[in-house]
Amino acid sequence: MEHIISVTVENKFGVLSRVAGLFSGRGFNIESLSVAPTLDPSMSQMTIVTSGDERIIEQIVKQLNKLIDVIKVVDLNETEFVSRETAIIKVHTKDADRAEALRIVDIFRANVIDSTPSTYTIEVSGDPKKIEAIINLLQPLGIKDLVRTGRVAVAREPVRSAAIQAKKVARD
Amino acid sequence: MKLTGAEIFIECLKREGVKTVFALPGGVVLKIFDTLHQQKDVEVILTRHEQGAGHMAEGYAKATGKAGVCLVTSGPGMTNVITALADAYMDSVPMVCFSGQVPTSLIGNDAFQEADNVGLSRPCTKYNFLVKDVNDLAATIKEAFYIATTGRPGPVLVDIPKDVSMAKAEFTYPNSVSIRGYNPTYDGNKWQIKQAAEAIMKAKKPILYVGGGVIFSGAAQELLELAEMTQIPVDMTLMGLGAFPGEHLLSLGMLGMHGTYQANMAMHYSDLVIAIGARFDDRVTGKVSEFCPYAKVIHVDIDPTSIRKNIHVDIPIVGDCRTVLRELNQILRATVNGEQKDLRKPWWDQIREWQQTHPLTFHQEKNGPIKPQQVVKRLYELTKDRDPIVSTDVGQHQMWAAQYFKLAKPNRWLTSGGLGTMGFGFPAAMGAQAAFRDRLVLCIAGDGSVQMNMQEMATAVVSKLPVKIVILNNGFHGMVRQWQDLFYEGRYASSYLDTTPDFVKLADAYGAVGLRVKTVGDLDAVLKEALATDKPVIVDVPTYPYENCYPMIPAGGCNHEMILEDPPELKKKQSGAAKVTPEDKDTVLTA
Repeated sequence: MEHIISVTVENKFGVLSRVAGLFSGRGFNIESLSVAPTLDPSMSQMTIVTSGDERIIEQIVKQLNKLIDVIKVVDLNETEFVSRETAIIKVHTKDADRAEALRIVDIFRANVIDSTPSTYTIEVSGDPKKIEAIINLLQPLGIKDLVRTGRVAVAREPVRSAAIQAKKVARD
Repeated sequence: MKLTGAEIFIECLKREGVKTVFALPGGVVLKIFDTLHQQKDVEVILTRHEQGAGHMAEGYAKATGKAGVCLVTSGPGMTNVITALADAYMDSVPMVCFSGQVPTSLIGNDAFQEADNVGLSRPCTKYNFLVKDVNDLAATIKEAFYIATTGRPGPVLVDIPKDVSMAKAEFTYPNSVSIRGYNPTYDGNKWQIKQAAEAIMKAKKPILYVGGGVIFSGAAQELLELAEMTQIPVDMTLMGLGAFPGEHLLSLGMLGMHGTYQANMAMHYSDLVIAIGARFDDRVTGKVSEFCPYAKVIHVDIDPTSIRKNIHVDIPIVGDCRTVLRELNQILRATVNGEQKDLRKPWWDQIREWQQTHPLTFHQEKNGPIKPQQVVKRLYELTKDRDPIVSTDVGQHQMWAAQYFKLAKPNRWLTSGGLGTMGFGFPAAMGAQAAFRDRLVLCIAGDGSVQMNMQEMATAVVSKLPVKIVILNNGFHGMVRQWQDLFYEGRYASSYLDTTPDFVKLADAYGAVGLRVKTVGDLDAVLKEALATDKPVIVDVPTYPYENCYPMIPAGGCNHEMILEDPPELKKKQSGAAKVTPEDKDTVLTA
């Protein structure tokens, strides 16, 4: 099963290779990994998307915790969380395709961030299904280049008051 | 006053109580060696190979319980010490290795003798540092010793570039260390410990399964109290030998692939396994799906990753073995009564029956070839009053030593368990001898393994480390030959070593003493002569070449299905064959 693990680490050189080395040395999967500094510049936040059965995930969390440069590990699957991924897609667009491309951009609430007479460069954010969907639709036009950030995720704030909970249910 | 990096290095070692450094110089560490040369507080033992330096630091650490220290140069010096680091990492040995590095301005330029020391050692150290600024050196060394010796101990590397050892800085040694990502858990969860105590009270067929963690945490006394109070039998892992007195009535000896019959049977039929400072290695569990099928499992370990890594655990307790056992004993003291003894009588009857029907056996004919077990047995009997430290290499001789050399106390047993490093024994013994100059230090070795670090005999002679090496010389990589006999139809592919070198002459060439046992009748006299010699000694004992080590659980086999003796077809082949037959040599040539 897929798990998203949020790891707070020391912002020092060599930390990424310690984490990556742990995954490769012990044969754990990494589907995606993203790293950037946190508000406190002495720390970085990693979001790791991995997969495995319960025992493997338990080992991954424990092994990450054992690394001396790791400050905190949270398996986000144990709570509610929101996640996003961004993709930048360069598409061939000629004649009628340009209008089609813009329609797709519109439907997915994506943005055109660069344009030449024969290409559009499109930025889109969302969950992985949405990214897959826009890629599928743009593919017939001809994708010239595609980069994806990998996922970032954060736990949802717990909803404490029953009243707020009720209101939310009613609104839904 | 400002000190150079080299001077800071020595000041730090003194603050950490380091008396001995096992070292081999090279270009980028010359400033450090030059500074060491001009002082008397820290002794330098010059080794002949960096792997030797690493294993000596390990032997020192295992015998003293303190961090062992080695110092090597960049590039090949570093790559040579990697085996020792990997060995220490697998066996949780506290050790700090200092490596030289090319000047910071040249790092990454493929300079002469440059290697990515931090990158090379990352998977085989607990942590490692590259010191880029002399102002960070003292704090880094403090952290290195702290990490190596706390929590689950392990090796730490500190990489010091040449310019850092020469630059100057104010020296201040921090009093304490605080690392926000490193806070080992020492106190076990109270509720879990209570659960464990209740399970122990109820168990009809309990077994203690104890490993090296008991030794490193200094919990031998607490373990003895627990076992005696509850009358629970004790199985020891290879790394745990000495954690519990080997001749104690409650001791069932070593368990695992070559463990005793009663130790493995007791694990298999137990209803409560109490694992303390052991990690359920595959050499212990055998086939995981059929391991301890009837047992609830309590697992005490300071490393959370050890728990539930290989097998399911019912009552996990993360904490220091000694702290946890003290707490557990306190609860049990108030609750244990005579009932447990009655409850467990059938269990003990069963265990005593296993012990009587299947003891460790070998057959020594009076005028026949010398059996390796006989050598270990006599060595044990002749030395046990002197409380010796015993090291081994890896292979058949190691297993026989583990079976027949019954240690009474912890920190007496130096062996390479996890990594299984041939060539470990001799330098490890020297490391222990350097720590305890007056003690008797023995190295039980095989003719294959001992050659892997034979060059250190020069170090032993020059540095006056009178280690006694007893070589069980069967002319083979014996364990390989045993597997080939059992699983490869007796084809001795690259396992026959012939009768070279002449170890007696070799010892002589190094300036040590070489002795040879010719017949089983000579054995005692020659061993006694060796033990009375105040110099490094090699005792070469030509042994029966086809002796196999039993009991044996084949890799991936089940714990209660042990092979107890040679299968009939092997017996036929080997009957009376005291010498390697020409056919066997031919197999080597055609293999």
